[in-house]
Amino acid sequence: MNNNLQKQLLKRSKAAKLERLGKTVSFLALMLITLTVFAIIIFVASKGLSTFFTNHVNWIDFLTGKNWNPNVTNAKGQPEVGALPMISGSFVVTILSALLATPFAIGTAIFMNEISPHRGAKLLQPVIELLVGIPSVVYGFIGLTVVVPAVRSVFGGSGFGILAGTFVLFVMILPTVTSMSVDALRSVPRYYREAALALGATQWQTIYKVVLRAATPGMLTAIVFGMARAFGEALAVQMVIGNAALMPTSLVSPASTLTSVLTTGIGNTVMGSLQNNALWSLALVLLVMSLIFNLVIRMIGRKGAMSK
Amino acid sequence: MQKKRWIECLLLVGLVILGGWAYQTRQVNKANMTITAVGSTALQPLVEAAGEDYANHHLGTFINVQGGGSGTGLSQVQEGAVDIGNADVFAEEQKGIVASRLQDHRVAVVGITPIVNHSTGITRLTTDQLIAVFTGKVRNWSQVGGKDQKIVILNRAQGSGTRTTFERFGLKGQRSIAAQEQDSSGMVRQIVATTPGAISYVGFSYVDKTVQAVSLNGIQPTNQNVADNQWPIWSYEHMYTGRNPQPLAKEFIQYVQSNAIQNTLVRRLGYISMADMKVTRDGQGEVHRVEADHE
Repeated sequence: MNNNLQKQLLKRSKAAKLERLGKTVSFLALMLITLTVFAIIIFVASKGLSTFFTNHVNWIDFLTGKNWNPNVTNAKGQPEVGALPMISGSFVVTILSALLATPFAIGTAIFMNEISPHRGAKLLQPVIELLVGIPSVVYGFIGLTVVVPAVRSVFGGSGFGILAGTFVLFVMILPTVTSMSVDALRSVPRYYREAALALGATQWQTIYKVVLRAATPGMLTAIVFGMARAFGEALAVQMVIGNAALMPTSLVSPASTLTSVLTTGIGNTVMGSLQNNALWSLALVLLVMSLIFNLVIRMIGRKGAMSK
Repeated sequence: MQKKRWIECLLLVGLVILGGWAYQTRQVNKANMTITAVGSTALQPLVEAAGEDYANHHLGTFINVQGGGSGTGLSQVQEGAVDIGNADVFAEEQKGIVASRLQDHRVAVVGITPIVNHSTGITRLTTDQLIAVFTGKVRNWSQVGGKDQKIVILNRAQGSGTRTTFERFGLKGQRSIAAQEQDSSGMVRQIVATTPGAISYVGFSYVDKTVQAVSLNGIQPTNQNVADNQWPIWSYEHMYTGRNPQPLAKEFIQYVQSNAIQNTLVRRLGYISMADMKVTRDGQGEVHRVEADHE
């Protein structure tokens, strides 16, 4: 009897076995994801860096050159792979669309969370969720058939360019920024508002002086998230921006982004050739930028957490 | 607890039975009965249609056709990743390809024409005017006999077969200035049709009422004019294989080159049949008359 009990106690129980199994499975899942991420980073980096190491392109020329013609060599005997037009194009559409989307997103978030929570949740929540679900090719097609002609008749030019790209991206990042702003406002403790109202502040004073201030880090995170999405968006922008590897001189002249040049070019180049490696270098720039966006988001989050 | 176990066991047995049944009745594919062709989007419709036809006549075979562009097709076939690489350009013209490692099979010819938006009022140009337009020496349509309207140039992506051919034979080797780029012919036609002052170039099969095809030096872009090289902007559609292709790949390419396909599908899909060509052209651009049985 005693012996039996000892055995039972020493044996691993069923629950413990299950726990161990669960731990192993979730750890393996984590490992798999981490491995995938690192594999992607290493692959893109090795391909992208070979432009500089195998093909001996000067990286300063790459980042500051204004001519993108990988098939052609310039006077110095180096291929023309200046990525500045694409890099600046990407930044300009990203910043402009974020600037345009932010006031709308914050306004909507305030309405949904502070002014009319009931109606806001009922009416706007489904609308925003719907906007998130629309595939980007649909945005691009609408941009091509509606936004481009509209830009052409109002602002002149051919209609293709940064302005059209900005309008399309504005609609695309609006739901992301809005829903994250709503979350930021929602996380402001209820007693902040109660205290402000008790001190005799009007609703607007409460929103402006208390709630928005407390939610600033969350709002910033939302905007940076939107910018990260705009920076990486390929298809919709490619359809309306015109894909000309030219320095953007005006908002209505054709320009290009890193993603648009990547998607149009990758099928026409041969793996391992300079033309192909140069495109991978663009991909590397994109990857580095999205890592930077992530770091910024983390930094904002940490700062927000400290001040509370 | 007991009951749950029981259900699990039943499920497991069911799965095993289903799996065994699937294994028994699976489609038995002999080796080499599937081949993959990758590359040029201009050639894709023809290969797809011919592949379907071929598979219908030869039970158990499957021709897997994918796009991706001429560069992808050539590099994949060079690496041996696919059986056939479709391309609009000679392998010699593509950087990074060792042409001697590949075998060229020409299956059709496609003519390429400049197209303009109707509002330009342009229906004809000379080669010099065309070069002036694409190299940016002329910025307004009125300078080449059209209406007073700004010229909007639209290019295919760098390295695209259509663009390579157009710059080589339409612009006599000159490169177009940096301008808008699109990665498909359908997109190009759509944008030319809706953008005032736009000019670009597409394969003959993409020309429709929404855009104006431009005649060059008084010669109309027609299949007859391509056949005797009066219209110089055309290219072969190639299906490249490795030096020692699979039997099925060889057979399939012969099928595409056969009269059955050349006289039906090739023409119906807007390509020019190899049999109609009165000239041949090699990778260096040298044109030779075909002396044999035509005419």
